[in-house]
Amino acid sequence: MPRAEITDLLLIDQLLTDEERAARDTVARFVDREVLPIIGQHFREGTFPAHLIPGLAEMGVLGANLQGYGCAGMNTVSYGLILQELERGDSGLRSFASVQGSLCMFPIHAYGSEEQKQRFLPGMAEGRIIGCFGLTEPDFGSNPGGMRARARKDGDGWVLNGTKAWITNGAIADVAVVWAKTEDGGAESVRGFLVEKGMPGFTAREIPGKFSLRASVTSELSFQDVRVPERNVLPKVMGLKGPLSCLNNARLGIAFAVTGAAIACFEGAREYALSRVQFDGKSIAGYQLTQEKLADMLQEIVKAQLVGLRVARLKDEGKVTPVMVSLAKRNNVKAALEIARVARSIYGANGITDAYPPVRHMLNLESVFTYEGTHEVHTLVLGKAITGIDAFN
Amino acid sequence: MKILVTAKRVEDPESKIKVKPDGSGIVQEGLKYKINPFDEIGVEEGLRLAAKHGGEVVVVSIGGKEVQEQLRHALAMGAHRAVWVNHTGTLDQLALAGLLQKVAEKEKPDMVILGKQSIDDDQNQVGQYLAEFLGWSQATFASKVESLESEQEKNKVPALQVGADGKTVRVVREVDNGLATLECALPAVVTTDLRLNLPRYASLPGIMKAKSKPIEELTPEKLGVDVTPKIQVLKMSSPPPRKAGIKVPDVATLVDKLRNEAKAV
Repeated sequence: MPRAEITDLLLIDQLLTDEERAARDTVARFVDREVLPIIGQHFREGTFPAHLIPGLAEMGVLGANLQGYGCAGMNTVSYGLILQELERGDSGLRSFASVQGSLCMFPIHAYGSEEQKQRFLPGMAEGRIIGCFGLTEPDFGSNPGGMRARARKDGDGWVLNGTKAWITNGAIADVAVVWAKTEDGGAESVRGFLVEKGMPGFTAREIPGKFSLRASVTSELSFQDVRVPERNVLPKVMGLKGPLSCLNNARLGIAFAVTGAAIACFEGAREYALSRVQFDGKSIAGYQLTQEKLADMLQEIVKAQLVGLRVARLKDEGKVTPVMVSLAKRNNVKAALEIARVARSIYGANGITDAYPPVRHMLNLESVFTYEGTHEVHTLVLGKAITGIDAFN
Repeated sequence: MKILVTAKRVEDPESKIKVKPDGSGIVQEGLKYKINPFDEIGVEEGLRLAAKHGGEVVVVSIGGKEVQEQLRHALAMGAHRAVWVNHTGTLDQLALAGLLQKVAEKEKPDMVILGKQSIDDDQNQVGQYLAEFLGWSQATFASKVESLESEQEKNKVPALQVGADGKTVRVVREVDNGLATLECALPAVVTTDLRLNLPRYASLPGIMKAKSKPIEELTPEKLGVDVTPKIQVLKMSSPPPRKAGIKVPDVATLVDKLRNEAKAV
């Protein structure tokens, strides 16, 4: 589907390099041809379109922003644009790519030994090895420092116990990056463990009853006396900064990505409004209330794109801070969610079915609003940066 | 084997084209550009042939600095290097074929693969002129027997069949009544039809690698080609907007109108 000319009113396209545009366009084409025709059915049936993994891998989407080990080595802006296009298809598919790249390949790349990098990264880039990331627990979401998962040294390895919840890709993963406190230590003792499928005591079950991210696998992981050899422990990081650095990376991608869902909703709603005729043979796009909705949507899309692009450029320049990422994630996800809701209303009754995409995006974005740092926590991060007062404690 | 493929820069086929009020051309502001889709099919076929038989795919484009974007696209798909004929201003089909002739004589490929036409002015002439200028055999509208959902297509098997001795190519062509099969002596000029293959997605590592692949710059002067247009576009105009249809009350009226107004039955 061609992008409507009006969507890029401020010519943001001209702020991109040829390479960045090429990365976006090749993924956009894939999404138009391979994702949009099938994704509604997967959402309806609650199935993950695993058949798309080889195509994504062949294009080099998985870990596209990492250097070496079969990865494309693209900059943050290109990576953001790639995720934006996947999100335009479906947030569940984009979540798969975010988790594989930013939350699983990234920590191995940043904190792994050379042997671990060689063992996992090329296979993960090729989509042969699927990864997931275990930080959140049933009782510890916004406060990961309170985690109960614990590993104890035992001979030449570790014994891991605990439960991780809301894990994207969990039940289909071949390797899980699991964060646990070690021995009797506190948050400073947290280390990353590469738990592989088939290790005795490691089980994953899908979380049933989701109304959101239905085309994505969300699981609970359980570890009962799982023996993890020393060679599967990430050697180069200790403490919460390990998982938090992964999240910071992924959040930036998400802030950039959600605009894709917003664009899909805006362009769809615009077309629908132009073709839907009510009263006097006039399209509903001709009524002031609809025009206000569309104007609000476009205005927020333009702003969100500029915020995402600026933060990604700062990341490429090595100047990004977690507070900047909090602002971007907070603004852009909220904007996308509002846009999806308003788009749904333009479709009227048709908007509540999966014949049209807004309600799917709307339901997906409810998850995105909460995951990767809840909207509320990002508010408090900003609040602390503004006032110097920490509202968490 | 060495294959020369073309990558013309054309308006995005999905964009809305508006003619300038004075009829001197089209409004270019805000337009997006792409590689001619038929040329992209040619690049894909060249890559498949090179993968099967070994060799090199060289991509050529003619135009201002902006055509480097289309060359990079072909390089990102996997073409090995590029030739850019730098020229701004109008070129007619004879000039384009003349320039391609000189590039082909310089590169000495076994095959030149071009789109059967470019989707901007739909002339469908350059391939035929080029074969004539070079004195090579030509096969236009190359297609294939297998469907685009077939195993051959999924496995990226080339549709153009090069003979075991490497001296001929067998080409299935789309003609009015079906398919015709030609065997041409190499070197040959082949133009692609829509159903020859499904071009691959440019990969992200491919896009990164394309940045460091060489683009050789040539000019009409260096190639010794006089590109003064022999054809002059006098005026462009939009087709008249379609008139709204009418509703007829019954079949009898329909038949009457078909017979007496449309004279279709």
